[in-house]
Amino acid sequence: MSLIVSLQREIERRQTNFTYRNDWQRMHIDSLLMVALLALVGVGLVILYSAVAQEQQIMIRQSIRLAIAFGTMMIFAQISPNTYRAWAPTLYFIGIVLLLTVLLVGTISKGAQRWLDLGFFRFQPSEIMKLAVPLIVARYLGQYELPPKFYRLIAALTLIAIPGLLIIKQPDLGTSILVMTAGLSVILFAGVSWKLLFLGLAALGGSIPFLWRFLHDYQQERVLTFLNPERDPLGAGYHIIQSKIAIGSGGIFGKGWLNGSQAQLNFLPEHATDFIFAVASEEFGLLGCLILLVLYLLIVWRAFYIATKAQDNFSRLLASGLGLTFFISMFVNVGMVMGLMPVVGLPLPLVSYGGTSIVTTMAGFGIIMSIHTHRKFLPK
Amino acid sequence: MLIKRHGFLLGTLLILTLGLGWRLVELTIVDRDFLQYQGNARSVRTIEVPAYRGVITDRNGAPLAISSPVRAAWLNPQVFIANDQQLTRLASLLNQPLEQLKNKIQQGAHKEFMYLARGLPPAVARDIEALKLPGVYFNQEFKRYYPEGEITSHLLGITDIDDMGQEGLELAYDQWLSGEVGKKQVLKDRIGHVIGEVAHVKKPRSGNDLTLSIDRRIQYIAYRELKKAVERHQAVSGSIVILDVVSGEILAMVNQPSFNPNARVELTPDHMRNRSITDLFEPGSVIKAFSVASVLESGQVTPDTMVDTAPGWLILNGQVIQDLQHNGQLSVSDVLRRSSNVGVAKLALELPENHLYQSLRQFGFGETSNTYFPGESRGAVVQPNQKQKLSIATLAFGYGISVTPLQLAQAYAVFARQGKFLPATLVKEGNQKQPEKQVISPQVSETVLAMLESVVDQGSARRAKVPGYRVAGKTGTSRLAGNGGYYQDKHVATFVGIAPVDHPRLVMAVVIHEPKNGSYYGGVVAAPVFSSVMTDALRLLEVSPDNSRTLA
Repeated sequence: MSLIVSLQREIERRQTNFTYRNDWQRMHIDSLLMVALLALVGVGLVILYSAVAQEQQIMIRQSIRLAIAFGTMMIFAQISPNTYRAWAPTLYFIGIVLLLTVLLVGTISKGAQRWLDLGFFRFQPSEIMKLAVPLIVARYLGQYELPPKFYRLIAALTLIAIPGLLIIKQPDLGTSILVMTAGLSVILFAGVSWKLLFLGLAALGGSIPFLWRFLHDYQQERVLTFLNPERDPLGAGYHIIQSKIAIGSGGIFGKGWLNGSQAQLNFLPEHATDFIFAVASEEFGLLGCLILLVLYLLIVWRAFYIATKAQDNFSRLLASGLGLTFFISMFVNVGMVMGLMPVVGLPLPLVSYGGTSIVTTMAGFGIIMSIHTHRKFLPK
Repeated sequence: MLIKRHGFLLGTLLILTLGLGWRLVELTIVDRDFLQYQGNARSVRTIEVPAYRGVITDRNGAPLAISSPVRAAWLNPQVFIANDQQLTRLASLLNQPLEQLKNKIQQGAHKEFMYLARGLPPAVARDIEALKLPGVYFNQEFKRYYPEGEITSHLLGITDIDDMGQEGLELAYDQWLSGEVGKKQVLKDRIGHVIGEVAHVKKPRSGNDLTLSIDRRIQYIAYRELKKAVERHQAVSGSIVILDVVSGEILAMVNQPSFNPNARVELTPDHMRNRSITDLFEPGSVIKAFSVASVLESGQVTPDTMVDTAPGWLILNGQVIQDLQHNGQLSVSDVLRRSSNVGVAKLALELPENHLYQSLRQFGFGETSNTYFPGESRGAVVQPNQKQKLSIATLAFGYGISVTPLQLAQAYAVFARQGKFLPATLVKEGNQKQPEKQVISPQVSETVLAMLESVVDQGSARRAKVPGYRVAGKTGTSRLAGNGGYYQDKHVATFVGIAPVDHPRLVMAVVIHEPKNGSYYGGVVAAPVFSSVMTDALRLLEVSPDNSRTLA
């Protein structure tokens, strides 16, 4: 069954079964979420402009990428949740195959094998998994009674672990964490008893020594450096120290736009990508950063709200999972920049420069909008 | 259950976000001072601002040594990246062969600092800057430029590449000329490029200017004539010193061979010595003026006292002292005019113990002048043993004494100044607080001056005459001392003169070492140089003529 056929059926069904509340819903767009996302992206561009020293080329590229991302979101919003549910296993399977392919024939960039070169463009199959994993877990757990039985939890965890480990192997710790987080978020919302939750956490804690050996040298290094940044101030600790300095020197009101010396003078590494939050902090200070955090919280709150209004388990689990994942990726990045978490190469969602992750994230919001706008209302 | 969990989770997320917020407060408020200090410690640097070195001018304000702003380009090979095209352009801007530049960078690959080029003209530095090569930086510097080139090079000396005086007056007055380096705070980025200025911590203090007693025009004339004479006579070296009689200021001081201080390639000490001040020689007959003055001052003789020089030679301690010709009976005046060795020896032997030695010391021999010139020689007057009559006699005609050309001019100036001694200085008005010292009586001084005029008028120095002016002076032709005795064929030709006699203004010493081509006599080799330089110098200074007779 091709995608187009399913789309056509969807349209037919929609036309016969329910009516739209307003024009926004007719376009399958959640206006509040849209406004919050646009605001965040706008603020992000302003910060990036300063971080890359007003370089036009980069700004243009980022703008194109954002335009593609918003387009993707709108397309994803048109597809009904039922279609996602139907296609979830296929997508997951394709994703696993691609991950294996990457490990075998992938392109090596910066010491990691993450890319698949298709000749005309390169992409990261791990990005697919950011959506495929929550989809498959939501479908699997959503079709049964909630809270799930224990053995189903184990099955769901296995569905998460396979791509998770494949991605760690690339190695890409950051994306792996995000993919697993996306799956675990869904499980969390499916309803896990507190006892199991704590048992799970304890098991995770117990497996740390094992996981430790699974990590690459540089990943171990990052964790050790996180625990004590001064241990290697010129090497791995440099990022954290510089970033804290940039944040601290901003003070309450910041040094003003384009005036952050640490970022502008290249003392802050990766200031356009992973450490862009420090740039924002240096230039806009404590107040600017709090506003940024409020924007993120607003988006997460809207996702949760949509989840509570969803009309079936699959949609509810998916929307909550995606929302939580978005929050966690923000939290991990900001925590890292402020020295609360180890340095894992995760971008600040929708603000950091580059990466296909922007497109994936927006696609996720497309799905959330789809859930909200495909609800069936009886004609008045 | 799901709804409940959403509310609970939203609360948790809120608390987590508040945690981030608290951490932000901690960093931006609690730790702010520490972190800000750390931030500045990474980006704010104090760098030195070079101070402008003072200008050296001649007595009329014409620049002799000036500093022009230049830039030094340096390289951090660790950061440096350039493609072949950029390297080729860089090499052509630096005026270096491409291969040489590549080798240089290759050799310094392990370093973090190496000079590409120093003393770059600002325009060239700007062109290099425009290449925007990472790892190439610039420092502000000053480069010394000497407009008069080889004419003043001995006098001024040189500075090194760091603008510090190394030789000559640049060294002697280094502290005066060099200012105080300033300090300023700048913002540097991670790879060391200066981004902007923060504040001036200390402004650089420019060095002081130095006004010399030298008159650039006379200096030039003296140099031109000296060079001509040294070439004509194929001499080894030569010096001219011209003094202002009244102030004791040195108006010109030139030497051959010289060097171009602006293009220092293969400098040898031989070319760099300021021989007028550093090189000693035995002056010979020019000393006789002081011997006669000493004799007259003792009061034992008058200018007309007769001395028997027959038979033209004299044996002292088994050594023969000879005159060039047999003169017979000579007055004291004629002894000087004819430059009789026997006559001056006989006169000196009549003097009380050490009288001649002390006279010579009073004329400034064996002492340094007031020039503070690095490497100045004080020379020596050998104190004669009273039993050793020969040593007294030879001292009287200029052996057993070593002098510099400057000392000769300085000593002759006493006769032009009515018996008063004033040390020579190279700085304009440098003698204002210097007391004059009466060395011989004004009468004796007048008498000797008159005798010296007759030397030029009728004696050995006729070629020293200057049209329109009365000139007094004395020639000298001494043998050069070497290992184990005097050379038969190596001479020093000397002339020291004063003009105009009526109201003395200038004293000039001309010393030419080892003239080979033709004559080696002071009257033939040195005296004409005096004449031509003095002619131009007097005219330049608009000194009124005192001899209408020769004008006609």
